[in-house]
Amino acid sequence: MTQTRNNIAFVRTADAPLLPAPRNMTGVVGWMRENLFPTPLNALASVLIGGFLIWQIWGVIDWALVRGVFFGEDREACITPPREGVQPGACWAFIGAKFHQFIYGFYPFEERWRVDVLAVVFAGLLAALAVPRVPYKLYTGITFVFGLPILAEILLYGGTFGLAAVDTNKWGGLLLTMVVAVSGIVLSLPLGVLLALGRRSEMPIVRYFCIAFIEIWRGVPLITVLFMASIMLPLFLPQGMNTDKMLRIIIGVALFSSAYMAETVRGGLQAIPKGQYEAAKALGLGYWRMTLLIILPQALKIVIPGIVNTFISLFKDTTLVLVVGLFDFLGIIQAGAADQKWVSAETARSGYFVAALVYWAFCFSVSRYSIHMERRLATGHRR
Amino acid sequence: MANAEKKALKVSDEVVIDIEGMNKWYGQFQVLRDINLTVYRGERIVICGPSGSGKSTLIRCINRLEEHQKGRIVVDGIELSNDLKKVDEVRREVGMVFQHFNLFPHLTVLENCTLAPIWVRKTPKAEAEALAMKFLTRVKIPEQALKYPGQLSGGQQQRVAIARALCMNPRVMLFDEPTSALDPEMIKEVLEVMVDLAESGMTMICVTHEMAFARQVANRVIFMDQGQIVEQNTPEEFFTNPQSDRTKLFLSQILH
Ligand SMILES: Nc1ncnc2c1ncn2[C@@H]1O[C@H](COP(=O)(O)OP(=O)(O)OP(=O)(O)O)[C@@H](O)[C@H]1O
Ligand SMILES: [Mg+2]
Repeated sequence: MTQTRNNIAFVRTADAPLLPAPRNMTGVVGWMRENLFPTPLNALASVLIGGFLIWQIWGVIDWALVRGVFFGEDREACITPPREGVQPGACWAFIGAKFHQFIYGFYPFEERWRVDVLAVVFAGLLAALAVPRVPYKLYTGITFVFGLPILAEILLYGGTFGLAAVDTNKWGGLLLTMVVAVSGIVLSLPLGVLLALGRRSEMPIVRYFCIAFIEIWRGVPLITVLFMASIMLPLFLPQGMNTDKMLRIIIGVALFSSAYMAETVRGGLQAIPKGQYEAAKALGLGYWRMTLLIILPQALKIVIPGIVNTFISLFKDTTLVLVVGLFDFLGIIQAGAADQKWVSAETARSGYFVAALVYWAFCFSVSRYSIHMERRLATGHRR
Repeated sequence: MANAEKKALKVSDEVVIDIEGMNKWYGQFQVLRDINLTVYRGERIVICGPSGSGKSTLIRCINRLEEHQKGRIVVDGIELSNDLKKVDEVRREVGMVFQHFNLFPHLTVLENCTLAPIWVRKTPKAEAEALAMKFLTRVKIPEQALKYPGQLSGGQQQRVAIARALCMNPRVMLFDEPTSALDPEMIKEVLEVMVDLAESGMTMICVTHEMAFARQVANRVIFMDQGQIVEQNTPEEFFTNPQSDRTKLFLSQILH
């Protein structure tokens, strides 16, 4: 007897045997039963949505791979049906032919190595910053923020160290997108932090200046900012101070995003309890030490999702430089698709497909990385 | 209070804190009324009084977490004013322990303790860490040094907060109800540390309702009501022979 029965309850006198889980709870079948088909309605929804997805994905595969045109010298390849009665699919031949232009824009062919060198340095520094195990974060960060722009200026503009000068109107493609986006991001974060701190300052002048700055920039569409930077600003600047158009665009983008960044960061600052300020002050830390060592590390950690959100929208918004005549990644693909030699229905479609894929890949990796960082930094808050 | 009596309460001739005719308002509301208090080196002062009587406000004025509007506060020979440099000088010499610990959650226990010595006192890192370990040992939690505050119990957090303040080698320690956010079994471990600190000769001002603690370590108990110091005396006199009616009422309420 392993059980004795009395009138009140069962009392176990020996351990019950451990049983394996029922078959329908484990494995793929168990998972599907549990998650896809638990009730008839859920099952119906699963089948409908699943069917739709398969149909769509097959459509893309069919267009991109099965009917795709991979080789060809011009539009002829992309308008000739591969077989009798079959429409030609994606025009990869066009992407291949224009690939270098998508990356470098109209940057002179023999100078493109300079862009490659910069890209390698950029990727290296970024990796050193992003991978937690690599030491010397502070120095890498300083190099990234101050060294990289100088190197970019030397390499991309040229005109010094025996490098031929390349005017910014020759820049384009992914190069231009990255230059505008990275400078915008690197400038807007510190600016946004300063504005957020200023908005909470006890000095009325500083506070009102920051409020006015933030509200003005947030109240203006980015397109307006870009038009102002490229067309209006030169009218106001004194003669001879006519700065480079790209530089003006970068500054416009950076100031625009810094206003959004400021509001994001302010959200984080507001989440920090008063006690943290008091404890820091009571230890004799002055305003800047308190802010840099105690408040910002906590506030920025809280708003990582918001910061990344601003980064991602800045990255995608760089496509708007198209309206002031700069050819960023999207702009140059569009221009390429309009080339008489290549123009066809599938050319433009393939171009936009590549553009979407590249933008998505960038934004998605940034988003994944930020989630990873959030988890890694969360240890301090465990309660 | 008679002068002779006042003298009996002091333990040394060196004045650490001198508050003269101090008044403070929140808007139209007067929180502190004509506060006069002199604290000598080595004194252990307990401040008690009903909720809202201005106890926290008083000790927060001493390190200028709150500003006073009238009167003088001199700490360690420095008068508190709008001069931020002087304020920081005072704060360096005055340690504070809060009701809700206020540890820095993004830093480890050790980093909490070394931060101010390194950045404010410019102590070399290794030296600051040795000092921190010394005080963490003194509050009996050296083994928690590498954990984050969020991983500790309330009592442990409060002991870290005490160690953090001690790492600055303060001349005075201010405590604002250090045990009132704690469960009963943790109150004891924190009070033990505070008793130990008092016995080491630290000048302490402590807002607390722990009357046993006041009896054991205080050389002076100050009773506040409605923003005023209503009574001050040795603990024996204060508890056995309260003078004012308000004190009597207060004591009858808390010493069931
Ligand atoms: N920031 C503030 N603004 C306005 N009034 C305040 C502020 N802080 C405190 N007070 C008021 O000042 C009075 C004294 O507050 P204080 O916190 O010093 O009291 P306390 O004696 O510490 O009380 P408790 O025992 O509840 O901590 C209270 O009436 C409180 O409502
Ligand atoms: Mg209080």
